[in-house]
Amino acid sequence: MAAVDIRDVRKAFGAAQILHGVSIDIADGEFVILVGPSGCGKSTLLRMIAGLESITAGEIAIGGRVVNDVPPKERDIAMVFQNYALYPHMTVADNMGFSLKLKKAPQADIAARVQQAAGILGLAPYLDRFPRQLSGGQRQRVAMGRAIVRDPQVFLFDEPLSNLDAKLRVAMRAEVKELHQRLKTTTVYVTHDQIEAMTMADKIVVMHDGKVEQMGQPLELYDRPQNQFVAGFIGSPAMNFIPGRIDGSTLVGSDDLRIGLDADTANLQGRDVVLGVRPEHLVLGEGGFTAEVVVVEPTGSEVQINARLAGGAEIVAVFRERHMFKPGEKIGLKPLPGLVHLFDAATGQRL
Amino acid sequence: MASSVPASPPLLARLEQSRLGLGILFMLPAAVLLLVFLTYPLGLGVWLGFTDEKIGRPGIFIGLENYEYLIDDSVFWLAVFNTLLYTTVASGLKFGLGLWLALLLNENLPFKAFFRAVVLLPWVVPTVLSAIAFWWIYDAQFSILSWVLMQAGIIDTPINFLGDPNNARASVIAANVWRGIPFVAITLLAGLQTIPPSLYEAATLDGAGSWQRFRYVTFPLLTPIIAIVMTFSVLFTFTDFQLIYVLTRGGPVNATHLMATLSFQRGISGGNLGEGAAIAVAMIPFLLAAILFSYFGLQRRRWQQGGDN
Repeated sequence: MAAVDIRDVRKAFGAAQILHGVSIDIADGEFVILVGPSGCGKSTLLRMIAGLESITAGEIAIGGRVVNDVPPKERDIAMVFQNYALYPHMTVADNMGFSLKLKKAPQADIAARVQQAAGILGLAPYLDRFPRQLSGGQRQRVAMGRAIVRDPQVFLFDEPLSNLDAKLRVAMRAEVKELHQRLKTTTVYVTHDQIEAMTMADKIVVMHDGKVEQMGQPLELYDRPQNQFVAGFIGSPAMNFIPGRIDGSTLVGSDDLRIGLDADTANLQGRDVVLGVRPEHLVLGEGGFTAEVVVVEPTGSEVQINARLAGGAEIVAVFRERHMFKPGEKIGLKPLPGLVHLFDAATGQRL
Repeated sequence: MASSVPASPPLLARLEQSRLGLGILFMLPAAVLLLVFLTYPLGLGVWLGFTDEKIGRPGIFIGLENYEYLIDDSVFWLAVFNTLLYTTVASGLKFGLGLWLALLLNENLPFKAFFRAVVLLPWVVPTVLSAIAFWWIYDAQFSILSWVLMQAGIIDTPINFLGDPNNARASVIAANVWRGIPFVAITLLAGLQTIPPSLYEAATLDGAGSWQRFRYVTFPLLTPIIAIVMTFSVLFTFTDFQLIYVLTRGGPVNATHLMATLSFQRGISGGNLGEGAAIAVAMIPFLLAAILFSYFGLQRRRWQQGGDN
């Protein structure tokens, strides 16, 4: 186990800059998730830690040792690929023991460690099968087993659950987290799914366009997003954004939309801002603003309502209570006190 | 079934309703082609092998007499030996060099498409044309190879490429290898490109060097396509005719006679259609053996099959 230090790392493919100076400190035993929309550079960064991509500038250190020029096999890391990358011509046991076989470990030792990993993952009955004879979830577990068997300093996961169906993904999410709690190996995990990030990570790094937008504990990111991008990316359904101008303690939007704010707006007078409020932080009631119901989507546990504001902007609200409004009905909504976010309209930074 | 219905609709309408009838109808053209152009010539050849037919004179059935004669014919056995030698050596070289070339072309070279196109050249040139080119390269007096070696001071007299039995064998094998490599290389290249890059990345992280990646990932995953390519390559080489016919006509002293060329010489040039056919038929067991070997020995792998067991 080891800490991973990423210091001002840059990556360029020819003229195209993919990463613009990324710095992340990953503590020993930490579970860090890199999350962001596709093309943000998160997978590239992971592959740079693995040694599959060269580092254009900056430093990556594993366990205090700078690995920029260390070949992948000497970095003592194990990686789980999105498509699992299992060797199709080897049995489950051979797949898991392959790295030990290359290291010329004794046969008995290999067998023992494969057995142990198979026990942890519930793969013992399948050791003689070929990958083709396994289900998606089982293949996923074999890929993790291959990583566990090596007992590496760092686990790297590259969108490991995105090829699984929704139900299995939820189950595997818990399994990966449990595995980490058990083995306590430093883990770097890449995903585009913010729910995966929220549920599993010790620390989330939100990336966008080759830069780190914000990093911190999951709930920290949810409660205090540093900018409009993080605010919109973390949380589902996504946060509502209402542009307007501060006048006194009111946000004035287009078409006479007025929303009373309980935040301290003394030094924001006359500024163009974007108000952010999460769908689950809206309640019915007077004193807020009115909206016209467009669609009502009940999921059983909650009801999601898409409504239109006076200015024409759409807004989403989620209620635990079963409010079955009719389309076209006018409802009064207001944000819960203390749970609105204000962002600078020009820079998107939190105010 | 339909015919037992008393007031049956017209034949065409009934045919349209019948899956079996339509199926047979649609298969008919292919069946006719196969019968006329494959089964009939093959059957005729086998039949001729049991007759003493000569060109211009119908033969009569003589049983196994042609084969009894061939068993005691040393030229026939020399041709069998030559064919086996030719096939084994040429196929082995084609496989080794073709695989090597495919691995090279699979790397990220500059002008990749250009090189891949160039590799195909020997394959697209008509065999007779390239054989004539080789004929010049192997010429006893004007050979460019001899000339280069003499200019370099390595040899004093021109090499007698096609006049000496062993030189002639090596020469025709070299020409065949030159011609056959593109097929092997391009097909194996196609096979290489079906191997997902992530497997190599996984193997790299597992600690495999480049030889181990080839040994444990590339080669095992390539075996199915190798089996197919080499089966075809062996069949093509075993039945080769054009190259030998243009370069040596089987000479010197039958040293390069293959079964195909001997069959043509005896059957067409010599006029003994029956005996020529018998030689051709004698190739069939070898070809079947090659097919069965590749089918059972190489092609089927448990990991390729899905399902539970």
